Amino acid sequence: MPHPYLPHTASDIEQMLARCGVDNINDLYSDVPTSLRLKDGYNLPESKSEMEVNAAVKALAGYNKPLVCFAGAGAYDHYTPAAVASLVARSEYLTAYTPYQPEISQGTLQYIFEYQSMMTQLTGMDVCNASMYDGATATAEAMMMAVHSAKKRRRVLVSATLDPKVADVVKTYAHYQDITIDVIPAADGVTDRAAMAEMLATGDVAGVILQTPNYYGILEDFDGFADLIHGSKALMIVNSHASTLGVIKPAGQWGADIAVGEAQSLGIPLSYGGPYLGYMCATRALMRKMPGRIVGATTDENGQRVFVLTLQAREQHIRREKATSNICSNQGLMTLYVGIYMSLMGAAGLREVNRLSSSNAHALAAKLQATGKMSLTYPDKPFLNEFVMTLADGITSAQVLNVLRDNGILAGVAIDDNHLLIAATEKRTNDEINAYASIVKTL
Amino acid sequence: MNRKLYDKLIFELSKPGRCGYSLPHGDNDDTLAQLPAGLLRLDAPALPEVDEPTVVRHYNNQSTNNFGVDTGFYPLGSCTMKYNPKINELLASDSTLTALHPQQPVETVQGVLEVYWNLQRALSEIGGMADFSLNPFAGAHGELTGMLVIRAYHESRNDSARRRVIIPNSAHGTNPASATIAGYDVVEVQSLADGTVDVEDLKSKLDETVAAVMMTNPNTAGMFEKNIPEIASMVHAAGALLYYDGANLNPMLGIVRPGDMGFDVMHINLHKTFSTPHGGGGPGSGPVGVRAGLEQFLPRPHVVKAADGSFSINCDDCSLGRVSSWMGNFSVIVKALAYIMTMGNDGLCQVGPLATLNANYVMNALNDLYKQPVAGPCKHEFVFDGLADKSTGVTTLNVAKRLLDLGFHAPTIYFPLLFHESLMVEPTETESIETLDNFIAAMRQIAIEAHETPELVKSAPHDTPMAHPDETEAAMNPRLTYSDLCK
Repeated sequence: MPHPYLPHTASDIEQMLARCGVDNINDLYSDVPTSLRLKDGYNLPESKSEMEVNAAVKALAGYNKPLVCFAGAGAYDHYTPAAVASLVARSEYLTAYTPYQPEISQGTLQYIFEYQSMMTQLTGMDVCNASMYDGATATAEAMMMAVHSAKKRRRVLVSATLDPKVADVVKTYAHYQDITIDVIPAADGVTDRAAMAEMLATGDVAGVILQTPNYYGILEDFDGFADLIHGSKALMIVNSHASTLGVIKPAGQWGADIAVGEAQSLGIPLSYGGPYLGYMCATRALMRKMPGRIVGATTDENGQRVFVLTLQAREQHIRREKATSNICSNQGLMTLYVGIYMSLMGAAGLREVNRLSSSNAHALAAKLQATGKMSLTYPDKPFLNEFVMTLADGITSAQVLNVLRDNGILAGVAIDDNHLLIAATEKRTNDEINAYASIVKTL
Repeated sequence: MNRKLYDKLIFELSKPGRCGYSLPHGDNDDTLAQLPAGLLRLDAPALPEVDEPTVVRHYNNQSTNNFGVDTGFYPLGSCTMKYNPKINELLASDSTLTALHPQQPVETVQGVLEVYWNLQRALSEIGGMADFSLNPFAGAHGELTGMLVIRAYHESRNDSARRRVIIPNSAHGTNPASATIAGYDVVEVQSLADGTVDVEDLKSKLDETVAAVMMTNPNTAGMFEKNIPEIASMVHAAGALLYYDGANLNPMLGIVRPGDMGFDVMHINLHKTFSTPHGGGGPGSGPVGVRAGLEQFLPRPHVVKAADGSFSINCDDCSLGRVSSWMGNFSVIVKALAYIMTMGNDGLCQVGPLATLNANYVMNALNDLYKQPVAGPCKHEFVFDGLADKSTGVTTLNVAKRLLDLGFHAPTIYFPLLFHESLMVEPTETESIETLDNFIAAMRQIAIEAHETPELVKSAPHDTPMAHPDETEAAMNPRLTYSDLCK
C-alpha cells in the first residue's frame, strides 16, 4: 500500500528486484535465520493519517496544564524572540548532519563558529566546543577533563551548592571510572572556602567544581579561589546558567580553567527539559583536551575564508578506546538557537533580560516576605533571579505548590519540606507576582 | 543551495547602537545596581549589535550554504538520513508542550508522561525488550548508559572480575570510547573477509573477565551477523551480556527484533530509524532498552503507569543513577512517537525491506565499476573499497568531492576501517528509484571521468560555494573565535 514517506510503486519494486537478481525482497534476508524472524509484524496500531496523528498528539498535549512559571532550578522561562523560532526551522539547517563535507556545510560551520565566538565572550574564556548535551553532562565532561589533565590524581571536589541533579550526573560518570567525588560543605548558602582549602591541602585533587549563581540562586564570591585551587595544581571549573553571564562576573574573570553550564536560558524553550544545550569553554592551554566538535577558520584554495571541523585528533572516531570522551555529535541546532538569540539580544539585551528578571525576583521576594508566611533563607546573600524561601511553621512546600498549582501557578521547586527555590524571569508580570503573593497570604 | 559562498559573520554586520531585541520596560526597581561590584562583569561581552531584519537575512543567507535531506540525496552511511516529516516538527513545536517546565507537578503533565510511556512501550515492542529509558541524549550517550546498565548489573551480583568488553574491529568509534568511559578495558575481536565477526576469535576471548560484547547488526559493512544465535549463546554461557548498537536498526524493521536475536541491552537512535531531524549534528536521542530482569538498572527518573491509568515519575534509587538533568530530549521524543503513529505496524514493516532493497539496487548497479569487497546481498547500506580500477590514482576522497559537484551529499568515507578506501552508501527507504538512478548515473560518470579526465576528479569539487579548505592550517594555527580572527 502506498505511503506518503515511501515512494516505491509496485513496478518500481519489480524493476529493482530484477536488478538485484532476486524474486522478492525476502530473498535479500536469506541470511537472517527464519527462527528469529518476526512472524506477524509488531503489536502496534496500524498506520494513521496525518489528520489523525495531529488530533491524537494534540489530545495528549491537552492533558497538560501549563502553569505560570516561577520555577528555575536549572531551567528558566525566558522569552524566545519570534525570529529565533522562525530561523531554526529552516530545513537547510534542520535536515543536515554533522558538517563532514565543509564544501556544502558552511552554513552549519559558520553558525557554530559564531556560537563559539559569542560563548567565549560571555564566559571570558579562550575556546569553546559545540557538543555538550546539557549542563549536567557538560559538567561531567569537565570533571573528566580535569582528571585526564592531572594524569595520576583522581579526586574531584564538588561544592555542596552545585545543583544536585548536576552533582548526581557527575557522580554517575565518576563512579565507574574510579574517580572520587568529595563534597565541599556550604556555609550560609555558599561554598565554604576554608573547608575547600583544607581539602585541597591533601594534594591529590584534580579539579574543583563550583557554581554561581549557585543552586540556591546566590552569587558566590570566588575571590582568591583560583590561586588556592591552582596552588594545588587542580583545575577550577565554574558552572553558571548562561544568561546570567550577561551581568555577573564570568568564569574567565574569576581565573577559572573551564566554564560549563546550561545554555537553555539563551533562547531555548523549556520543552519539559529538552533538548537543551550544555556549553563548555576553556583556556587555550586546555584546547587539545576538550571533548567534542570544534570549528576553526582557515582558507580554501581560492583564498576565501572558510570554516572546518578541526583538532579532530582528540576525538573518538580517531582515538577509539584511547579517546577521553565518547562524544560524537555536535549540538548543532541548539547552538543555532543560542547564536541567533545572542545576535538579537546583544550585550545590552542580555543585560536588560537580567535587569528585568532580577527586579521581578526581588519584587516577588519582598512581597512574599511581607505575607509573613515565608522569609528569605539567606537574607544577607546577593541574588539575581532566583532565591530560597524558608516557610513559616505549619506550612509545607507541598502545600504551597499544591495551592498555587490550583491557581495556575508553578510556585517553584521544593528543596525539602520547608524550603522552596523560586525564580522569576522578564516574562513575569506584576499581576502574576501579586497573584502569587496574595495566594500565599491566604495559607 | 548557493553556488557562491555567503561569507559574512554576524560580527561583521554589527554597528554600535543597533538593537535586535524588544522587551518590556518593567515595573519594578532596578536591583542590579545593589549587587556588590566585585560579583559583576568587569566589561560587557563583545556580542554583535544588529537589528532584527539583518539578523534574519544573515541566517537565511547562511543557511543556503548548507545541504540537507530537504535539499537532496544524502547517502551518508550509518547515519540513516531519511526524510524528516513536517507534521512532526509542527506537533513538537506546539506551545502547550514547549512551555512546560520540567519541574511541573506530574498531575499537570499527564499528557507529556503519556507521550513518554507510549514511546517506551512502542520501542520495547520494536526492540523486543522489556523496557526503555528515553533519557540518553544521543547514540553515544545511549551506548554509555547501556554500558553503565551492564556494570550495575554485574555489580549487583558482586561479580567484580568482569572488567573487559569485547568489540568487533568493524564497530563505530563510539563503541570502544563508550566502553572506556564506563570504566571497561576494550578487547577487539577480528572480522572475517566477509566483514562478519570471527566466531572462533570471539570464543577464544570470552571468559569470566568479560562483562559484555557490543555488536552492531547488521554490521558497519552492511552485513547481517548470521551467526548471532550461536554468538548469543556463547556470550550468555560465559556470563556476559550482549549489547546491540542500534545505529543500524533501520533494515531490521519488520524483519527481526534485537531481543529475539538474544541481545540483552540496546540503544536506538531516534534521529536515524525514527526520522527525527539530525539538526546539523544534534539534538538526537538515544533511548536504552533492556530485556526482562534488567529493568531496575535503567537510569532515573523514569515514567511509570499506575493501575488507575495515571502516570508518574519513578525517582527511586537504583544502581545506575542519573545520566541527565531531566528526562532526555522531550521534543525529539514527541517527533519519534508521531512517526511511529503515522507509520503504524504496516508502515514500519515496510521500512526495513525497502531500505534494504534500495541499498542492494544501488550496489548492484555500481559493483562493476567500484570494488565490492564482500559478497551481497547487503542490508540497508554497503561499502565499496574505492574504484575497481585503482590505476587512475583517483581515491575515495576524490569520488566523494566530485559527487558534491553533481548535486549529492557524499557517502561516509574511510569508514569502516576494514578497507583502505571505504565508501559507505546508505540510501534509506524514503528515496525513489529516480533519485537512486540519478545517483547511480553520477557515480558511473565519475568512474568514467577517473579514466578520461582524472584531474577533473582529483581537483574536485568545482561547483560548490567554496574550494578545498586548508585543514592542516586550521589545525596548526587554530583560530576558533571571531576575536582570534581579529588578532
